[in-house]
Amino acid sequence: MTDALSALLADRDWLLADGATGTTLFNMGLQSGEPPELWNLDHPDRIRALYSGAVEAGSDLFLTNSFGGNASRLKLHDSQDRVGELNRAAAGIGREVADASGRKVVVAGSVGPTGEIMAPMGSLTHESAVEMFHEQAEALKEGGADVLWLETISSPDEYKAAAEAFGLADMPWVGTMSFDTAGRTMMGVTSADMVKMVGKLAHPPLAFGANCGTGSSDLLRTVLGFAAAAPERPIVAKGNAGIPKYVDGHIHYNGTPELMADYAVMARDAGATIIGGCCGTTPEHLVLMREALETRPPGPAPTLEQVTAALGEFSSADDGTGETTGPTRQRRGRRRG
Amino acid sequence: MADEDDDLILSELDDEELVAQMFDDLYDGLKEEIEEGVNILLERGWEPYRILTEALVGGMTIVGKDFRDGILFVPEVLLAANAMKGGMSILKPLLAETGAPRMGKMVIGTVKGDIHDIGKNLVSMMMEGAGFEVVDLGINNAVEKYLEALETEQPDILGMSALLTTTMPYMKVVIDTMKEKGIRDDYIVLVGGAPLNEEFGKAIGADAYCRDAAVAVETAKDFVARKHNQMSAQA
Repeated sequence: MTDALSALLADRDWLLADGATGTTLFNMGLQSGEPPELWNLDHPDRIRALYSGAVEAGSDLFLTNSFGGNASRLKLHDSQDRVGELNRAAAGIGREVADASGRKVVVAGSVGPTGEIMAPMGSLTHESAVEMFHEQAEALKEGGADVLWLETISSPDEYKAAAEAFGLADMPWVGTMSFDTAGRTMMGVTSADMVKMVGKLAHPPLAFGANCGTGSSDLLRTVLGFAAAAPERPIVAKGNAGIPKYVDGHIHYNGTPELMADYAVMARDAGATIIGGCCGTTPEHLVLMREALETRPPGPAPTLEQVTAALGEFSSADDGTGETTGPTRQRRGRRRG
Repeated sequence: MADEDDDLILSELDDEELVAQMFDDLYDGLKEEIEEGVNILLERGWEPYRILTEALVGGMTIVGKDFRDGILFVPEVLLAANAMKGGMSILKPLLAETGAPRMGKMVIGTVKGDIHDIGKNLVSMMMEGAGFEVVDLGINNAVEKYLEALETEQPDILGMSALLTTTMPYMKVVIDTMKEKGIRDDYIVLVGGAPLNEEFGKAIGADAYCRDAAVAVETAKDFVARKHNQMSAQA
């Protein structure tokens, strides 16, 4: 049987994903530092409102409120024993909202990073990472998620561990990384590196791509990098609505709905198939993004100059791909590195 | 090249060559070589504080700059920090004995809800390297934890770190609570973390945003010097 996301992808040229989870929940009164996942049981009405906001704005898929729902993250709040119930509830509410929408909407079970550094550099072994991801995957599956959605990953090892875990849960999945450090992930992965890595996985994702990071210009540069590496599967673009600023006691992102509409069209022209927002992206942004994708005709891929002219400067001159390499240190190199 | 490499004997290098080689070895994260280098310099009569500043901090400054410029990434920086730690563990007891100059004291921790401590650990190490006493509160710190540490440790500086857009507003909670208690101005408050920026740091009432560990050290030195100047002006 074909999964819901593959079915939609077969039918459509592009899909609109959702916007921000954290930003929206803060606006509903979530206190900084508190785990959003507890709300799946304590305030299901608010989580329903979060999902409905995206669905009513025209999203074809939305992510569940389970980003920090692995044992490692929940441990901070002494809730590591609640992985099952919190993730089941996250997906369960999503299932209800999707089924009541009257159209095909995909429930994507969000899985975020463990926050740990993997061995040998850090203490998290491959086995325990797989175990944690597997536990969360099974719960999201039980709750009714159509696919799993790994996001904001920086380490290739963690991406691979999740892929293995999702295979154990026998679930189709999508996985994006966060390219927030000079155009690469914190661990140094370039867009081209990711395409290569994804191509080698035993249980590959339905789609792959980039989310979060540092603003929508950088994210589009990453998408152009993916496309240049000729990937075999659809690309996901989920960029932040600009840069966070503190205004009148609230975090505010400087990307307007109009700018995010431009971003959405440029992302599609750059080669992305699944397009959404990340931090700072509200339903108001999503409405205009949908409208732009529906009404503006596809065009040629934007150049880097067109991206910065429309959305602002890149955070770094170079992203580690292409012919031109960034600054390198002239090392004495008396030993092998 | 490879053949030469194996022949490199640290103890045969003169001081200048050895320090330059230690910069390279720190850059490559070679812990044993760094420990060996530190021991050789000690045998040659170098003061522990001089080894710390000239060899280790000098080398880590290069690592910090290349991290900032997108030449090195977290895995390399972690290896370098680990090598530095090896050298520090030899020097620390000696520094305590010889009474190396104290730059100031810092309490540092990752805010509530955030377990990402790579940046914070790096800052701790670089600060220690620069001669600051650092009290590390670890990850996931509630406001009460910070306040308690300020009370008991009486530091010059409070450092807060967050990697997530969902946890960074908590820094403001801590600063606002300090204001309520009337103790905000008793401390230098420095903030850092990937999603932050300078404007954000100012808006939440921090003294400065530090974009990386090298900047954190420079900023800390600068603020401590200003604080001392103010105090002597008042006195």
